[in-house]
Amino acid sequence: MISMYEVYKSYENGTSAIRGINLTIEDGEFAFLVGPSGSGKTTIIKMITGEVYPTSGVVSVNGFDLSRIKRRQTPKLRRTLGVIFQDFRLIDKKTVYENVAFAMYVLGKSNKEIKQRVPYVLQLVGLESRMSCLPAELSGGEQQRVAIARALVNNPQVIIADEPTGNIDPARSLEIMMLLEKINELGTTVLVVTHERELVNRFSKRVIAIDAGRLISDGMGGYYEYDEE
Amino acid sequence: MMRNRLGYYIKEGFTGIFKHGFMSFATICVITACLIIMGTFALLAINIQAIISNLESQNQIVAYIDENLPDNEAAGIENEIRRIENISTVRFVTREEAFSNFLAKYENNSLFSDLDASVLKDRYVITLKDIADMEMTRDQLISIPGIVKVNAHLEISKGFVTLRNIAGLVSIALVLMLLLVSVFIMANTIKLATFSRREEIAIMKIVGATNWFIRFPFILQGMMLGIAGSMFAYLIEWGLYYLVAGRLAVSNTFSFITLVPFDMITLPLLISFGVLGLLVGVFGSTSAIKNYLYI
Repeated sequence: MISMYEVYKSYENGTSAIRGINLTIEDGEFAFLVGPSGSGKTTIIKMITGEVYPTSGVVSVNGFDLSRIKRRQTPKLRRTLGVIFQDFRLIDKKTVYENVAFAMYVLGKSNKEIKQRVPYVLQLVGLESRMSCLPAELSGGEQQRVAIARALVNNPQVIIADEPTGNIDPARSLEIMMLLEKINELGTTVLVVTHERELVNRFSKRVIAIDAGRLISDGMGGYYEYDEE
Repeated sequence: MMRNRLGYYIKEGFTGIFKHGFMSFATICVITACLIIMGTFALLAINIQAIISNLESQNQIVAYIDENLPDNEAAGIENEIRRIENISTVRFVTREEAFSNFLAKYENNSLFSDLDASVLKDRYVITLKDIADMEMTRDQLISIPGIVKVNAHLEISKGFVTLRNIAGLVSIALVLMLLLVSVFIMANTIKLATFSRREEIAIMKIVGATNWFIRFPFILQGMMLGIAGSMFAYLIEWGLYYLVAGRLAVSNTFSFITLVPFDMITLPLLISFGVLGLLVGVFGSTSAIKNYLYI
């Protein structure tokens, strides 16, 4: 579960990125976080992943209080999360299998577990036949699916997708979104940050809209009405 | 779990070297080059010190014996001389031997042809452990009953001591400077090699890797690159040393220079290069990834 109570975040250069956000995302929910550039979406994601800390207020993620968390506890928090980025962030010198297995090695899982789990997850994202390929040999959509497999492999409680379709064509974007929906149906909480209005509107999910660091709308089955242009 | 992690560290350490082959190659080359430059200077300094020491040892003291002293008492003085701490070697030279040496020195000079050995005294030819204390040793020798005169080239010994001190200081300063420069260059090369992997570190962080989990393969890799660089440097240094020693041995101009045998410096050189390569590898990689760990 993710909850934010009266959260403010100001950076050292004086920028006030978040101004009093109250928000709760329950376990098993699927939510879109939308808003124009500079609205504070990335700051919210960074606060959830423990990359930045709130200036004031309470941020709680999967039982970790981010306003009090110690630096050495941050890896433990991150192990409960699966993060997907717009630019995929795959290790280009590792194969698809190694990129996914890598996330399990980090947690000290045994070779036996890794050999069982990685092919299963790759099958789930439809990449079982591309295991020995390098990222450069894959399309954008396939690379994003590898990133999803990596985010999924350790059975996280929450998947955070930061502009997951930003670098791929509309048809593949829909596939990625459907894959995230499937993952959510399997019980994982999913939070998708996106700009893509049409894509959001195709899914009848909760839409949390922010602007200038403030929550401007939050509705189940909501419609992404905000137009950046 | 621990065994699996250890296996992972070793595998990652090794594969990291080959997957980033060019940067690994560059790192090894820089470490090798820096160690060769530093090692060459250190060997040069060692040989200069050895040459000075050799020249010092040729600076002898001659202690003349009272000619009225019976032979057995004259021989007994040797034990008295040996009791002085700074004495390295003592050799008794009879007046006849000294005379024949003298004549041999002035072979073609008719001026000395009708001289007799009785004009000379029996003497002890003495070498010292440390010529810096020559004056004190001379005074101790003079105080021995039966010794009537001591010839010691104090000015020459002072000159050698000054030369040795200056050479020592200059060598230490140069080697230290080169050491600092080398460590800086080597650490920066490793930093550069690690810079290309900052994305990898960021991914590790986001999937929940602890800082030590990230550090270990890099440190291991730094250690391996450092050791490889130091081994190459040692082998090249060894080859160069034998080459120079061989050239000097057949040279007419520099035949008076005898280098310290390489066998004598093998172990210290190997240990110095190994330790330095290892430390630079470890500290270089640790400091290189430090900036990427805090996200």
